[in-house]
Amino acid sequence: MNSANTPSRNTKVMNRFDLTSRLVTKLKNEEAVVGGIGNTNFDLWAAGHRPQNFYMLGSMGLAFPIALGVALAQPDRRVFALEGDGSLLMQLGCLSTIATLKPKNLTMVVMDNGVYQITGAQPTPAAASTDLMAVAIGCGLTDSTWAADEEDFERLIDRSLTVSEPMLIGVRIDDKPGTGTTRRDPVQIRERFMLGLGVREAP
Amino acid sequence: MAAADGQASPMGLGQKAWHEIVLQTLKRNDIRLVPYVPDRVLTRLIKDLHADPFFTTFPTAREEEAVGIVSGAWMGGMRGAVLMQTSGFATLANVLASLALPYQIPLIMFVSERGTLGEFNYGQSLVCRTMRPVLDSLAMEHHTATRIDEFEFIVDRSIKQAIATQAPVALILSPLLTGGKVFD
Repeated sequence: MNSANTPSRNTKVMNRFDLTSRLVTKLKNEEAVVGGIGNTNFDLWAAGHRPQNFYMLGSMGLAFPIALGVALAQPDRRVFALEGDGSLLMQLGCLSTIATLKPKNLTMVVMDNGVYQITGAQPTPAAASTDLMAVAIGCGLTDSTWAADEEDFERLIDRSLTVSEPMLIGVRIDDKPGTGTTRRDPVQIRERFMLGLGVREAP
Repeated sequence: MAAADGQASPMGLGQKAWHEIVLQTLKRNDIRLVPYVPDRVLTRLIKDLHADPFFTTFPTAREEEAVGIVSGAWMGGMRGAVLMQTSGFATLANVLASLALPYQIPLIMFVSERGTLGEFNYGQSLVCRTMRPVLDSLAMEHHTATRIDEFEFIVDRSIKQAIATQAPVALILSPLLTGGKVFD
């Protein structure tokens, strides 16, 4: 039995940039990807910019709601949302909203390192006590799973490309910072994203 | 017996109620997505939005969640608007300053005004006083609708301006328009 302070998890500790790169490699159909605040979108940027990527420069906790909006607007496009555990804690209610609406085309990934890495790696209030996949299942997102390792993560991503209900994948990650830094130009980010989604026509 | 909260009667026969004007003006401007955090005054509008298959409307847990959803939808080509009450607007400073404004997203908000003209909860009246200073500090477009004869013009023009200028707008629904929430 583990110590009282450590949840008993059999999931491997992986790396955010590595997992993000593995995800991006699998995207062949102009899938949208929304990267949450901080390291989550830095690693999405570093994995290689795509026209269908959206990078959040604020509004902590809104990666899933923004991705839900994209998914509702474009039901024929698969939408991925990448969010940190601390960010998700700010907006747990969105799990219930998504579970109720059941978008067929939304896949969510929680990058869980248990800390606010970017502010000095302070532990989150959930780190020692909360199982975020259990929270999500309790909210009604029944297809919520911790990825055991990188191979399992890829298997879950492959499955998410074919399912017709929202899916949440939890990954335990290390406390490494992001690999790159997103170019902080909000209007350019938004305009490129809309071009990438076919909402805007190229000038 | 007084009219139900927020359902003030039109001035004369043939005059549309404020909530009918909101619904019809949203529809005319192709605004289909309407997430909300409810308010008593908004009850009839929310009920009618749910009853109309043109709209995708649903409750969210927080107002900023709704802002995130309509922002994503707009980038995906679907127009939206958010319904809330005054205290809900007070939770939005961060998302307005870090998402809607810098990314130039035409966020359209309808805020049912609590806290004035007969408020019975002191906390509501205090939070109401933060609303316009926050809007002004961000130089955001906002209008307070008090008269039914001006209302359709304000709503329609404000929606069109938000989209044309890619800038958020807050439409504050005064108790003078809606009847407000009545202490009983």
